[in-house]
Amino acid sequence: MELTDIIKAENIVSQKSKLITENVMHYCPGCTHGVVHKLLAEIIEELDIQEKTIGVSPVGCAVFAYNYLDIDWSQAAHGRAPAVATAISRLQPEKYVFTYQGDGDLASIGCAEIMHACNRGENIVVIFVNNAIYGMTGGQMSPTTLLGQVTSTTPHGRDEKLNGFPIKITELLAQLDGTCYVTRQSADTPGAIRKTKKAITKAFQNTRLAKGVSIVEIVGTCSSGWKMSPVASNEWMREHMFKKYPIGDIKDI
Amino acid sequence: MAKFRGAIVVDTESCKGCNLCVVACPTHVIELNTDVNGKGYHYSYMKNPTSCIGCANCGLVCPDSVITVYKKAIDK
Repeated sequence: MELTDIIKAENIVSQKSKLITENVMHYCPGCTHGVVHKLLAEIIEELDIQEKTIGVSPVGCAVFAYNYLDIDWSQAAHGRAPAVATAISRLQPEKYVFTYQGDGDLASIGCAEIMHACNRGENIVVIFVNNAIYGMTGGQMSPTTLLGQVTSTTPHGRDEKLNGFPIKITELLAQLDGTCYVTRQSADTPGAIRKTKKAITKAFQNTRLAKGVSIVEIVGTCSSGWKMSPVASNEWMREHMFKKYPIGDIKDI
Repeated sequence: MAKFRGAIVVDTESCKGCNLCVVACPTHVIELNTDVNGKGYHYSYMKNPTSCIGCANCGLVCPDSVITVYKKAIDK
């Protein structure tokens, strides 16, 4: 069988989602954001909710998410995506509203907003990409940076006496009564990506059940901030990040 | 023998050469090209096209959605 026999439109099993725009993503090679964007595009396409989905992009690398996914977007001030999403979901309850946040955005400056949005049980989905570093601004320590991890503001490694301990913010949010589905996934292997896709799909479907906030944390990499190759970053993440941030469902009611 | 043959087409100008597809490929089909694209990245390509089974793992892990995967059953 020749390649020309295989490469035909009817034999396609995987291709770029129609919801991903032609803009070339500004993310570094191997960035987890690209995979999560792709999953969101595929899920929104499969659920056929392109016209009903409104995303709120954060401050951080993913601030330009509105350039890459062909849905309605709003852009919030640093950490305030859950507050903006609250307003959107209350004014337009028939829509699917999600926030897309990083660890610096959600766990640091936006800690109050996410806590109270979860406590109020707003009908939103929170996509939380945790790569344990402030990627966009040059790799500074974030609340979820691991103990001993070297960043540009902790050149000798994070020290708990000076910098405190890493926050497991997702576990904290799971304790609030306003959350209905809290899970932690990753996007490093094909199997993990399939599980993440299922988790995000479930989170979007929860929107119609109006049970409260659905949070999907995705443990990701920042190969530029960590100063490793994308493949080495994934290995480092499996070895170190998964110990502190174990994968799996935390809450599902 | 594999029951399926596969093939990939890479959008070479958009590929950033992150190497994730090379690692994800179970049959070691994909390699990074020694040549570079317009942005200076070593883009991925099918080094061993006959081994491809069309599993689409590469398409799944690609952060920039540059890989289109084709799969066809082998005629008996």
